[in-house]
Amino acid sequence: MSQSPASSPVYNEPNYLDAEKGLRSWLTTLDHKRIGVMYLVLTLVGFFLGGVFALLIRLELLTPGPTIMDAMTYNRMFTLHGVVMIFLFMIPAIPGIFGNFFIPLMIGAQDVAFPRINLLSVYLYLAGAAIALVGMINGGTDTGWTFYTPYSTTTVTTVAPVLLGAFILGMGSIVTGLNFIVTVHTMRAPGVTWMRLPLFVWAMYATSVIQVLATPVLGMTLLLVAFEKVFGFGIFDPARGGDPILFQHLFWFYSHPAVYIMILPAMGVVSEVVQTFARKNMFGYKAVAFSSLGIAFVGFFVWGHHLFTSGQSTFASGVFGVLSMFVGLFTAIKVFNWTATMYKGAIQVSAPFVYFMGFLYFLVFGGLTGIALSTVSLDVHWQDTYFVVAHFHFIMVGGTIMAFLAGLHYWWPKMFGKMYSERWALAAAVLVIIGFNATFIPQFLLGNMGMPRRYYSYPEQFWPLNVASTAGASLLAFGFTLILFYLIASLVKGRASGPNPWLSRGYEWNTPSPPSLQNFPQTPEYDRGPHEYQDGPAAAEVKHAH
Amino acid sequence: MNLLNEFLRHLLFLPQQASEWARQLDYLHYFVFVTAMLGAWTTLATATVFVFRYRRKHAEQSTPIVDPKPIHEAVFIGLPLVLFLAYFAIGYPQYVRLQTPPRGAIDVYVQGKKWMWKFAYPDGPNSTDVLRVPAGRPVRLLMTSRDVIHSFYVPALRLKQDALPGRYTQVWFNADAPGRYPIFCAEYCGLGHSAMLGELVVMPAAEWDAWVEQQRRGGNPRAQDGQPTAAEDVDLRGSIVEQGRRIAAVQGCFKCHSVDGSQHIGPTWLDLYGRSVKLENGKTIVADEAYLTRSMMEPNAEIVAGYKGVMPTYQGKLTGPDAAAITEFIKSLRTDAPTAEPQKGPAYVPVTGK
Repeated sequence: MSQSPASSPVYNEPNYLDAEKGLRSWLTTLDHKRIGVMYLVLTLVGFFLGGVFALLIRLELLTPGPTIMDAMTYNRMFTLHGVVMIFLFMIPAIPGIFGNFFIPLMIGAQDVAFPRINLLSVYLYLAGAAIALVGMINGGTDTGWTFYTPYSTTTVTTVAPVLLGAFILGMGSIVTGLNFIVTVHTMRAPGVTWMRLPLFVWAMYATSVIQVLATPVLGMTLLLVAFEKVFGFGIFDPARGGDPILFQHLFWFYSHPAVYIMILPAMGVVSEVVQTFARKNMFGYKAVAFSSLGIAFVGFFVWGHHLFTSGQSTFASGVFGVLSMFVGLFTAIKVFNWTATMYKGAIQVSAPFVYFMGFLYFLVFGGLTGIALSTVSLDVHWQDTYFVVAHFHFIMVGGTIMAFLAGLHYWWPKMFGKMYSERWALAAAVLVIIGFNATFIPQFLLGNMGMPRRYYSYPEQFWPLNVASTAGASLLAFGFTLILFYLIASLVKGRASGPNPWLSRGYEWNTPSPPSLQNFPQTPEYDRGPHEYQDGPAAAEVKHAH
Repeated sequence: MNLLNEFLRHLLFLPQQASEWARQLDYLHYFVFVTAMLGAWTTLATATVFVFRYRRKHAEQSTPIVDPKPIHEAVFIGLPLVLFLAYFAIGYPQYVRLQTPPRGAIDVYVQGKKWMWKFAYPDGPNSTDVLRVPAGRPVRLLMTSRDVIHSFYVPALRLKQDALPGRYTQVWFNADAPGRYPIFCAEYCGLGHSAMLGELVVMPAAEWDAWVEQQRRGGNPRAQDGQPTAAEDVDLRGSIVEQGRRIAAVQGCFKCHSVDGSQHIGPTWLDLYGRSVKLENGKTIVADEAYLTRSMMEPNAEIVAGYKGVMPTYQGKLTGPDAAAITEFIKSLRTDAPTAEPQKGPAYVPVTGK
């Protein structure tokens, strides 16, 4: 579209998928698009494993007593589920796949700033994932993904390998973040000013800042735990003169911002999706862009809301409580602006848009339950119960995974040049949304009733709602499996999508689909912002010669 | 008000309210629930109306550029901010009240350990897993943990406080509804986390006074732990086997060891005595009196194959006679033990040829 070099660019190169063949060409590629596709495959394997663990947990909780496994296996299962979902899917997925693939396309660059470091991050992911998984399965780690001391430093199971794995995964996360920050600062094409930057790039930028600043603290903390476990340091274990609460402060100093590493990219994805499918420019572009930075900033000062019942000072709890409200405030600003974007729009209800609506609904309730939790006194009842479990699954599954699916369906034709079956996609979206509600709404009620989390067995009064939740989880699993099938089918025999099946005016659609090996034959130049639909196609679209 | 309270409490699946603080907290819960739902559904209904109202008419439809005026963003920021700060303004003082025990509260020392709760009253009685308190009088809990972090949680009081090793934390409550309420451990603490259950017994004040007095007079001064319920009082006239069963119950042995042969966190006691036990290090040992006593005092010295060394030591906590009584109790647990009932199976062992 609004590209204004005098002559139309000529794409005479093969697309990035066909440019080279063979496994070796993939394993040694420096192309940001291929690295994005590798991340897609790897993180989906992670998602699949984490999902299997989740199903086993839900099956075990189908009855109040032992159902299919013993207590130790159950404890290992929720540890695996948490570690795999967070470190192998939630944190790397959207940045690794869509960040890598689309940031250069969106800012008119040929690649990211450091392509070799980008490839390194894939191998760090592989190494970290392998060490963590093998370590957890061999050593039977049973600490939960939070590794709370002194449990983690005194448990009879092996903990060090998973800590090392998470440390290496953190390194991958840091270099990805660094790469994106430098790319956005230095490689924007002429005309891509900060105030025209696609909102996905803004969100990824804010995410990268958190990754670079917070992840080292996690690495340091995990190393200290490993030292304590292996060499007997007395940092966190009071029996050796340490302080177990110190661990919680250090851990959440990373892990709370890490929640925003997981949700900010999702917010970026849906900002693109809503503009395309409502055919509208973002209402309140600046508010949406700066609220991402606001979340990234405030997110560093809210970690103490995990410690309201730990005995931390009453004053500190008040400060952390009120600061946590601001995260909700920035999120509310985004929600209102996304909603207002649809006003006077031209809405096409396709699969990505259905996921966007799912995202909006779930984020609103996930966010408001977060506000309720940071209302300090209410947290005393809810802390460490299923209410918290339901709250963060509303954000992680209802928010991030809905947005991931919205992005996957929206950008699928861009990445592979193929369309999937819209009918199957709508059916799966409905299944996933119903299954999600059935899984997690009962968990809010279980939390209200007082069921603590990480419970292997439970008193009988919690039984009916647990059955409902397990039933919902099986629907959810069925929906995800369906998606996998029709997406693979579309790769094999899907019809060609054409360069821009959604008629989007996002900058990334300004190339063929799938993009050619070299993103742009000549540096593009932009004279208008992305997603401006006020005039007809003739004024905006630039036809590309092939 | 009462009717509304009961309606909303049931709607939200909240448990009974056993203290004024629990009631106050629920009122805030209702306020947050109702206002948040109103806000959420107003927003989402607007979004949904837009979806139907502004359907795309043709593929390349043009739309006007709509940018917000400052007033729009001010409303977007102002409305939620006012609402959120209102929640906080009500909730934080409640939290401060919970953190500030009144003078003259009854002190109870709480110790969490894998996987039981121990309660000690300064003027006498101790108990395991059962916390007795008088209705209508403030009680302050002083908590610590022997091993890892636990969290003392009574849903009926809407009360939760972590018990930390090497440190004391405190919390207080004033239960006003006599009854029995479950106590859970809310912080993950290992194999027996979900079995670390206790019971809060709120007694009418006069009954509680009488109970304390009775405990002080009749309590066994050398017992580390008292008696869970009146019915469980150690009867010194009972047989040594019966004493062993009671001591084992009081010490919480049954949280990990079954007496009916079923698998649990630790090996079952049924038919344990005299059996050849396979150990983790590959050796085999006969479970005699010496082995059983050693397992109580040095549980990690000989770990049974297939189990984890998670049992705490009872060195210094069980006296010689106590350990002996438990051993005798274990010895009595035999499937072939003579019973008073008539034999159900055949009286002879059938001879089977090859």
